[in-house]
Amino acid sequence: MEILSNKPGQKLILLGNEAIVRGALEAGVQFVSTYPGTPASEIGNTFFKIAKKAGVYFEFSTNEKVAMEAGVGASFSGLKTLIAMKNFGLNVASDALLPFVYTGTKGPTVIVVADDPSCHSSAQSEENSRAFASLAHIPILEPSDPQECKDFVKLAFLISQKYNIPVLVRTTTRVSHQKMPVQLGPLTKQARFGKFVKNVHQFVTMPPRVLEMKRELLGKIEQIRGLSEKRSTVRGSASTIGIITSGISYLYVMEASKELKLDLSVLKLNFFYPLPDKKIKSFIKNLKKVLIVEELEPYLEKEVKSLAKEVNCKLQIFGKDLIPEIGELKPEIVISALAKVANRKYKEVKVKQVPIIKRWPQLCPGCPYWLVFGGVKKAVNEKEVVFGGDIGCYMLAGLPPHLIQDYLFCMGSSIGIAHGIKKATKQKLITFIGDSTFFHSGIPALVNTVFNKSNPLIIIMDNQTTAMTGHQPNPGVCGVKIENIVRACGVKHLKVIDPVKQAEFIKTVKEFIKKPEVSVIIARHPCVFVKK
Amino acid sequence: MKKDFNIVIVGTGGQGLITLLQIIAEAALASNFDVKTSELHGLSQRGGSVEVHIRFGQKIYSPIVAQSKADLIIALEMQESLKATYFANNKTTFLINKHIVPIPLQKSLSEGQILTTLKKISKKIKVVEASGVTTGVYLLSLASFKGLIPLSPNLIFRAIKKVIPQQYLEVNKKTFELAKKHAKT
Repeated sequence: MEILSNKPGQKLILLGNEAIVRGALEAGVQFVSTYPGTPASEIGNTFFKIAKKAGVYFEFSTNEKVAMEAGVGASFSGLKTLIAMKNFGLNVASDALLPFVYTGTKGPTVIVVADDPSCHSSAQSEENSRAFASLAHIPILEPSDPQECKDFVKLAFLISQKYNIPVLVRTTTRVSHQKMPVQLGPLTKQARFGKFVKNVHQFVTMPPRVLEMKRELLGKIEQIRGLSEKRSTVRGSASTIGIITSGISYLYVMEASKELKLDLSVLKLNFFYPLPDKKIKSFIKNLKKVLIVEELEPYLEKEVKSLAKEVNCKLQIFGKDLIPEIGELKPEIVISALAKVANRKYKEVKVKQVPIIKRWPQLCPGCPYWLVFGGVKKAVNEKEVVFGGDIGCYMLAGLPPHLIQDYLFCMGSSIGIAHGIKKATKQKLITFIGDSTFFHSGIPALVNTVFNKSNPLIIIMDNQTTAMTGHQPNPGVCGVKIENIVRACGVKHLKVIDPVKQAEFIKTVKEFIKKPEVSVIIARHPCVFVKK
Repeated sequence: MKKDFNIVIVGTGGQGLITLLQIIAEAALASNFDVKTSELHGLSQRGGSVEVHIRFGQKIYSPIVAQSKADLIIALEMQESLKATYFANNKTTFLINKHIVPIPLQKSLSEGQILTTLKKISKKIKVVEASGVTTGVYLLSLASFKGLIPLSPNLIFRAIKKVIPQQYLEVNKKTFELAKKHAKT
């Protein structure tokens, strides 16, 4: 509860995600919704612990789109709102995000999205959420450390308040899971309830009004660009070589400058969208060389290249020719790139040859999934069955000793893809999906198997928690019964079995896989970490 | 201290590496150092390999240690020390728990194999028995008493008291005292 300390000036060691929480509390946040996902999970976990004491409404929503919509409702009712999720969550929520940027906010609203370059905890793609700048026209701030996480969240609330627009704060794993001493500011307390004041002009996106909204939005962005100009900073001595960067990459640039004893001028952006075009142009105008240091896709590099055409067409622009587009950056990558641009000698260190050990993550001792995977292997001939995977601890089905995962995609997709395979082939198929993932986005796909008549065997692994991201509660623990949903979807073959009863489990798998209609086994046994 | 001090800690999920990181960070802050840490959460903690970083000094930018820049590598498991060699140079100290956690379906490397490899990289390899106690706190306390880390035992002790929950504090205090005793021998 130290995070609720009201001693302004005090320094507290905070994780980036905790600093985001603190920033929101200092800004006077009233409503928080999220769906857990690494590396964003600790935002929700922290609010879950402190919300009551802090007098803030907090919920783990069913999925990110629902979290976004709940946040929209709170904002329309005048509350200061924070919505948090990981990168893929923003894809799920994007259907609600785009119109929200059009209508704008009533209560100031900040959306936090956490990317995961190098995919430390992300199965499906190495997503760069910066792309939402061009898709949604949403202002994006990029903090580089926990202090900035706190400060930028407060700034984002101010921008949202002034321009009535939701603001995105984008972090990456090395920012959200970075710790440092953070200087606290005063906490702000706000009322718990707001009021929805009817205003169809703002809240209804029907055409032709929606096009007017787009015009208003683009106008807001141009105004915010002025702030982006002011908030970007130049440091270091004037020279003929410059660096443009933001977020975590800025820290590596400073580290590299220290290592190479270079004092180049560095433009730190803070805003990824809208970009401070004037500032960038004046920065590059008299340079001979500029290095763009950014992780993943060269979004910034492309912008700088186009601006350079206006002010300095002889400028040599370095970026993805020296810095990889795949995987997160590391200090040594930036040191090497900087040395090349500045013509400094830098001997790259060879990676030492050592015996390689591969220690894969494992299902915990006592995890009920051991019994599900083991039982399935006893019930069917693995070679004759296609196994569908989904997002959760049970992704470990794809690793030794299990090796029963033939495809893995996005949340809830195991069922949707199973249906497609069943329609396209005559093969047997079993999918694994967890309880939280089923609630998140498995239900519409299950309805589709009934509606369009296919017959996969779906094993819903109900361990009564959202285990992988840190044991957050899900609707199953509050009386929403999965078997009632499955039955209501029109599934005829349904059994709830504790996989500890292996004989019954194996017998049911053998029986259900032959059914001409979709069948569901709910394998219910609590995660070893669920408190009874 | 003019130079930044860089530590990489490796082990397997569940060995308490993140708590250890918090203790060092608190001690560094109490010494008026700037400090940054980097850790990974999520599926990586399900018994897989874990690697965390902490850096402190006058002004710290990057939360992760650059290749071959570690001053101290603490390994809570012997085989994992090999993964940290990426961060080692010939002056790096390795402080290693004499303990091997087997990997299912794989043959474990022997202590001899591991040490032969490490000795080619640095001469400063210290292997200690730390499994009967709270391993991380023992290794950290030992490092402090032996002067392998520029943070005084007094500050480490205060940080332990701040970070460790009440119910586990007594055993960790004992561990600290044990490290003090062993450091002299």
